[in-house]
Amino acid sequence: MAIWLTKESKVIVQGMTGSEGSKHTRRMLAAGTNVVGGVNPRKAGTTVDFDGTSLPVFASVAEAMKETGADVSVIFVPPAFTKAAIVEAIDAEIPLAVVITEGVPVQDSASAWAYNVDRGQKTRIIGPNCPGIASPGASNAGIIPADITPGGRIGLVSKSGTLTYQLMYELRDFGFSTAVGIGGDPVIGTTHIDALKAFQDDPETDAIVMIGEIGGDAEERAAEFIKANVTKPVVGYIAGFTAPPGKTMGHAGAIISGSAGTADAKKEALEAAGVKVGKTPSETARLMREIMS
Amino acid sequence: MDLFEYQGRDLFERHGLPVLGGGVAETPQEARAIAERLGGKVVVKAQVKVGGRGKAGGVKLADGADEAEARATDILGMDIKGHTVHKVMLAETADIKEEYYFSYLLDRANRTFLCIASVAGGMEIETVAEEQPDRVAKIAIDASKGVDEAKAREIVAAAQYPAEVADQIVEIAVKLWQAFVAEDATLVEVNPLAKVGDGRVLLLDAKITLDENASFRHPDHEALVDQSAVDPLEQAAKAKNLNYVKLDGEVGIIGNGAGLVMSTLDVVAYAGEQHGNVKPANFLDIGGGASAQVMANGLEIVLGDPAVKSVFVNVFGGITACDEVANGIIQALALLGERGEQVTKPLVVRLDGNNAEAGRAILDGANNPLVERVDTMDGAAARAAELAFAGK
Repeated sequence: MAIWLTKESKVIVQGMTGSEGSKHTRRMLAAGTNVVGGVNPRKAGTTVDFDGTSLPVFASVAEAMKETGADVSVIFVPPAFTKAAIVEAIDAEIPLAVVITEGVPVQDSASAWAYNVDRGQKTRIIGPNCPGIASPGASNAGIIPADITPGGRIGLVSKSGTLTYQLMYELRDFGFSTAVGIGGDPVIGTTHIDALKAFQDDPETDAIVMIGEIGGDAEERAAEFIKANVTKPVVGYIAGFTAPPGKTMGHAGAIISGSAGTADAKKEALEAAGVKVGKTPSETARLMREIMS
Repeated sequence: MDLFEYQGRDLFERHGLPVLGGGVAETPQEARAIAERLGGKVVVKAQVKVGGRGKAGGVKLADGADEAEARATDILGMDIKGHTVHKVMLAETADIKEEYYFSYLLDRANRTFLCIASVAGGMEIETVAEEQPDRVAKIAIDASKGVDEAKAREIVAAAQYPAEVADQIVEIAVKLWQAFVAEDATLVEVNPLAKVGDGRVLLLDAKITLDENASFRHPDHEALVDQSAVDPLEQAAKAKNLNYVKLDGEVGIIGNGAGLVMSTLDVVAYAGEQHGNVKPANFLDIGGGASAQVMANGLEIVLGDPAVKSVFVNVFGGITACDEVANGIIQALALLGERGEQVTKPLVVRLDGNNAEAGRAILDGANNPLVERVDTMDGAAARAAELAFAGK
């Protein structure tokens, strides 16, 4: 078991025929993901060959779901078209849409989210600007390298892609149930809290790594949630202690405004909730190692 | 991107919102010309992206063109909380009767937008919220429905704006929302929104933040960038499509992925505490690929900072294999040599992840005396800090 993405998941790719989309479709297939097709209205009816696996291209997410039974879509379309792609996934009521695209205007993300809420939130959106979700050994929806770690019993939720990889690598002898990259944008579809709740309820996850970064107050709210609802051990890491206020550090959401969104405030909140917070990624891995040993 | 007040005023005017006449000047002579055009009394305001300019003497009244020129002379070049004043805005004056507050902003926590409205304007809204919380109304805006007249009436009622200005503020609220959406803003703050002597309601200040992710649909926003404030290295990096932020330390940083690079800055700063308090000199995320070309461009930018005494290259090979990254580093050094930029500062390289062993072997094989390999992030940070301190 894992959260949200399992061996049974049937994955389609919106933007499969683009350069990023096709590159990562090939990788997802190589990782054993059950990719069943792609979506591109202009190339509907054609097929694309990925090292011997021939995948059909459909005109819409709805058609792809009807023909293949797909329940996960990974979105690789450029920022200008991302909102339309998410809306299409919501309209089709696909259970999970993973939005990899970086650089989506926040008004687009917010209005796609509002649309999802209006439609009863039948679609879980992960991202945008995220590396996706991986349940090692089972399925991989996005760009997280599949061979860092085998399956195991640690769950991970993170705003950052490479820090996810770093922690997965350092703890590869234990392995992971699922790693979720929720993305570094100010408005995202799946939050730390959503993932914490799912890991708490997942019988095959024993402990949770939570990676946050400066900006917003998602980590503080996650800390409150942990205090009230999470009984499994949680180890945390926050990036951006030395980032100056007012400067965006790579991720659109990673910015300290005035005194809000600092790493110190996040660390304090997590520690007050009983979360052990590592000073560096390696120390964070050590803290998890102590729990798992 | 944060706008100057004058840019905000112009933006409001373009969107049909009621503002006072004004203009921006970079010299006292330009200020005089604008004052002559506006006629009568004007206010001369320092254009800096920091609060408290009034207290710092950056806002002055002037009666006529002569005085406007004199006040502009005083204010231009002034230092306000570390910001040098390069521009002043001149605006007509108004007989202010009442000051209110109005803003739209992104509400990250609720993944929507928020209107904050108050009858108490002219001071920091945070102060009002703390001292008189019942005078600050917060109204959630549904991103798909926006602000129509009915929503605007709800805002006006919640804020308890006086009846005699209600209709005007309803119209302003709707237009301001349209401007907010049309310009892809994440913040528009009007403080004060003022009722003046003749009964009109005017937007007398503007604090606007635009979403840089949306710049592909706003080619005109490029012109709003304050070139005088852009660090030359940041500018050069941007031209090379590199995500670089200049900081004020001595250890140059190159890494892949925003989170990992942010984390690298922290780890270097911690290590610096043991080595003369050296600090990271920059943030530079070269992204997933890390080809020789990109690595060379990154190194060139980082080494272009004279404060840099050592460089820490921190790469986790995810999709990119570390042997490719190692080759990239070696080729980048050769490439820089060919460009006539002899590298003389030490590089500490940490490679981990995909094909790390092969990558490390390539670095060892190249036998470049400037390149030192340390295999853990914490250890490499400590070595880079030590080398930077030694080079100081």
